Amino acid sequence: MASESLTASGYIKHHLVNLTWGKFPEGYEHAGHWGFAHSAADAKAMGFWAIHVDTMFWSILLGALFLLLFRRVAKNATAATPGGLQNFVEWIVEFVDGIVRATFTGRNAMVAPMALTIFIWVFLINAMDLIPVDWIPQVAALIGSNVFGMDPHHVFFKVVPSTDPNATFGMALAVFALSIFYSFKIKGVGGFAAELTMHPFSSSNKLLQLVLIPINFLLEFVSLLAKPLSLSLRLYGNMFAGEMIFILIALMYSGGLMLGIFGGFLQMGWAIFHVLIITLQAFIFMVLTVVYMDLAYQTDEH
Amino acid sequence: MNINMTLIGQSITFFVFVWFCYRFIWPPLMNALEARKQKIADGLAAAEHGKHEQELAEERAKDILREAKGQAGEIINRAEKRAAEIVDESKDDARAEGERLLVAARAEIHQAVNSAREDLRGKVVSIAVAGAGKVLEREVDEATHAELMNKLAAEI
Repeated sequence: MASESLTASGYIKHHLVNLTWGKFPEGYEHAGHWGFAHSAADAKAMGFWAIHVDTMFWSILLGALFLLLFRRVAKNATAATPGGLQNFVEWIVEFVDGIVRATFTGRNAMVAPMALTIFIWVFLINAMDLIPVDWIPQVAALIGSNVFGMDPHHVFFKVVPSTDPNATFGMALAVFALSIFYSFKIKGVGGFAAELTMHPFSSSNKLLQLVLIPINFLLEFVSLLAKPLSLSLRLYGNMFAGEMIFILIALMYSGGLMLGIFGGFLQMGWAIFHVLIITLQAFIFMVLTVVYMDLAYQTDEH
Repeated sequence: MNINMTLIGQSITFFVFVWFCYRFIWPPLMNALEARKQKIADGLAAAEHGKHEQELAEERAKDILREAKGQAGEIINRAEKRAAEIVDESKDDARAEGERLLVAARAEIHQAVNSAREDLRGKVVSIAVAGAGKVLEREVDEATHAELMNKLAAEI
């Protein structure tokens, strides 16, 4: 951010606002029109009917990158000696396949490709965190001001989609929807209802059982809802914290030569450590997804 | 951090990506892996088979060698026997030939002795006749005394 009114808190805030495109609510000069929010307050005021262009752009771009790359390999995949890229792709595919085989006991051809998609996609999304925090937002500000005629201060750009709770919630909700869908499909409505109401507490006494049903339901329902929540918040929290530390380190670059050099080393160290985190978080997201799918497929668990 | 339509957009994107991966990426990769697995298994089986075949072939070669050795030994034995036989035969032949030659030579000698004796006898007769003629001083008619002479010659 090349701004003369640069303050530490302003810098941080600017980094934490998404490029939001939405409908300006009543009371704004552009009320009723669709456009980019000029501030965090604008974005907030737009409410639900707004979209984070940066989040969508990067997640779709990275997902498409993954799909195109893997599709190219898959199309040319041979049983003969694989080339370097095919070898690499096969290594990942076999790794994911091994985990799915070990974890998922049901029969569903969709789970393994889903796990692969989640692993690579989330990994790529997280990997955006390793790009120095100002590079892409600066480029975005230049493009925004020169091509679209926007005020560069109003061009917000968050590069890491997984630091946007919308992205992580979106993925977790999709996984949740799938697990609910397969729960109904495998266990039936009655079976799924029984799973939610008949344990952990059960009694052979019919009357007592009737009393226990609401208690069971409360416990099971909370644990059911906790799954997508924890799934998304875990990823979001880790990535947001990591991003925050990068932003704080980046603040040092405006604090003089010594502090700048120190910040450089800090950034390098944190980035190296962060490689572990981004891979681990992608892995955890994938494994938990497979586990939730497996739970949806388990019929007689008590 | 506002919750907005991005949530739905992300969910839709997620489903689309998963579907694409499920439809276009996973099956060909898995097929390739499966095919390679099969190929390797086939290769290993073929190697095992080849090894087995080789063992069999070696066994067969050993058998053939052993048989050939046996046959060669037999042939040599037979040849040696035959050689001995031939030697014996030729020895026999030589002996028989020698004897035959000896017999022939003896017969020849005998004949020569006989003819010499005959010759000698004739000559003695003529000498005796000539002697007698000289003694008698008269011509002895050979025709009339032939019988007498022959008797004399037979007596000598």
